[in-house]
Amino acid sequence: MTAGWLPFEWIAAVRFLREGRLQTLFIVGGISIGVAVIVFMSAMLLGLEANFINRVLTSQSHIQLIPPDQVARPLRGGGGEYEDAVVQRPSQRILSIDQWSTVVARLHAMPEVTAVSPTMSGSALAIRGQASRAITLTGIDPASYFKIVHIPDYLVAGNAKVGSEDIVLGVELAKNLGASLGDKINVQAASGAPTALRVTGLLDFGNKGVNQRNAYVALRTAQALIGMIGGVTTIETTISDIYAAETVARRIQASNNVEADSWIATNAQFFTAVQAQETSNSLIRLFVAVSVAFGIAAVLAVSVIQRSKDIGILRAFGATRGQIQRVFLIQGALLAFVGSLIGSALGAGALVYWHAVARQTNGSELFPLILERQLFVYTAVLATLTGLVAALAPALRAARLDPVEAIRA
Amino acid sequence: MPEEILRLERVCKTYNVGLPTEAQVLHDIDLKLERGEFLALMGPSGSGKSTLLNVVGLLDRPTSGRLLIKGEDTAALDDAGLTRLRGHTIGFVFQYHLLISAFTATENVMMPMLVDRGFPNAEMVARAEELIDLVGLAKVKDNPALSMSGGQQQRVAVARALAMNPDLVLADEPTGNLDSRSADSVFELMRDVNRKTGASFLLVTHNLDLAKRCDRIIEVVDGRIQT
Repeated sequence: MTAGWLPFEWIAAVRFLREGRLQTLFIVGGISIGVAVIVFMSAMLLGLEANFINRVLTSQSHIQLIPPDQVARPLRGGGGEYEDAVVQRPSQRILSIDQWSTVVARLHAMPEVTAVSPTMSGSALAIRGQASRAITLTGIDPASYFKIVHIPDYLVAGNAKVGSEDIVLGVELAKNLGASLGDKINVQAASGAPTALRVTGLLDFGNKGVNQRNAYVALRTAQALIGMIGGVTTIETTISDIYAAETVARRIQASNNVEADSWIATNAQFFTAVQAQETSNSLIRLFVAVSVAFGIAAVLAVSVIQRSKDIGILRAFGATRGQIQRVFLIQGALLAFVGSLIGSALGAGALVYWHAVARQTNGSELFPLILERQLFVYTAVLATLTGLVAALAPALRAARLDPVEAIRA
Repeated sequence: MPEEILRLERVCKTYNVGLPTEAQVLHDIDLKLERGEFLALMGPSGSGKSTLLNVVGLLDRPTSGRLLIKGEDTAALDDAGLTRLRGHTIGFVFQYHLLISAFTATENVMMPMLVDRGFPNAEMVARAEELIDLVGLAKVKDNPALSMSGGQQQRVAVARALAMNPDLVLADEPTGNLDSRSADSVFELMRDVNRKTGASFLLVTHNLDLAKRCDRIIEVVDGRIQT
């Protein structure tokens, strides 16, 4: 020990930890494993969540506007008449959004809205030779629609060009119809004549059901097929803050004659699952932190007993109760801090390994590798605070030791 | 007139006051110690010598009576005040050497200064090395405390007791655990330091030969000073 910037408390804390090497090694090992579990779980959950959100939000809009449900109202009875208030729900016809171009203009005027695309959706029949399949037909304006749903990303053959006589199909649908690129198929909606369209692209959404049903055509083609010239059934929208989707949707609905569904509402099940996972993750983190804290407290409590003579000597030579208390608090914080650094490295290493090993059936990554600096900083800060809190009881005990008893011990 | 370093007036110490196990260990102790005096405190085991030393060393408070260190009445001091006075005025040499094993010989000698000033500095290191040199351990100054012989450890303990230039050194059977040669050497060291620094010494010992070489001998029997 020469002249230095470390105060007495730090010097004593470090020396005591260094001298009890094996004890220090075991507790740092325990803390590291605990922190590694927390880092690994948190980062993986973050990755899985980000992956799901990314998948959802590249295949659907943030907010979808549709016409409001048609409702039946009971006719008012005349004077002296009683009415039976049983009102049947009317069947929902495919309707165009009222004044949809005004709604689109209003959406464009909202600063948080980043893209808007009107579409026409409906059911139709795709026929080729003897084969026919029910399809979900979506008429799109490619320029605006591709900003919302990244159709070109799902292309496995051809291109995403949708001219007035073109159609882009899911791969399963094409297979069922026996159609390949360049082939013509007939498409017929319930109200309209069959139209022959040329297959220009094949899509794979990674979902067999979707691949069996989905077909994309130009907006005008869909309007003609469904028999609703100039109308749109849906307005797809993206916004800058995806988590504000529900609030923005409510605002849009309040100022327009539409029903606005946010991606949060349409994927409520996912959010429930994420919440459940986060709750269980938080509980695991809490229990790991508590067991780490008990570990630190136990080691320091033993250390206070082992060091009681040293404490007595230091007190005899003028060390205050505060100085003794700080020596043990620093030990707790140091153990936890060093453990958190090693644990973070272990957790990150395990995550990198798991990311490389755990693959989806098609060989792509199961979750994106997200190792944010923030996570490590929070972990280190929280672990250090946990160490401090855990050291509190042993430190108080050390400070309260009677020097005479301690020296005699 | 020599300066009075220590004065005890009718000091009593009772443990477990009010309990069935109540025991009075010290009875009306009157004692004076002047600067530079080397006093031997003798008495059978359990007579209250160590308790007296703890009270004088401000590690324990008297139940009644007055204790004055350099004229300052210690009754009015709180725990922090006692700690400060103890650190600056009193040095201890314990029977079992009681060095801190996590530090080297020099670092152990530095410890009272480090505790007092908070941060290590070059002046502290120089003072510790000077004291280590004084007790004849310059060659082993960087050795871990517990790797030295008993005699060497006790010499380090003497050097540590002198670190803060204390007015009073309390030595509780410092030679009790040493062979006669080492005991003699440690005693001579303390006597030499006493002459050179003028620090007063209160030495608890069972060794009559050593006691006879002190300025004065006081005997404690059943918690009372025998005259």
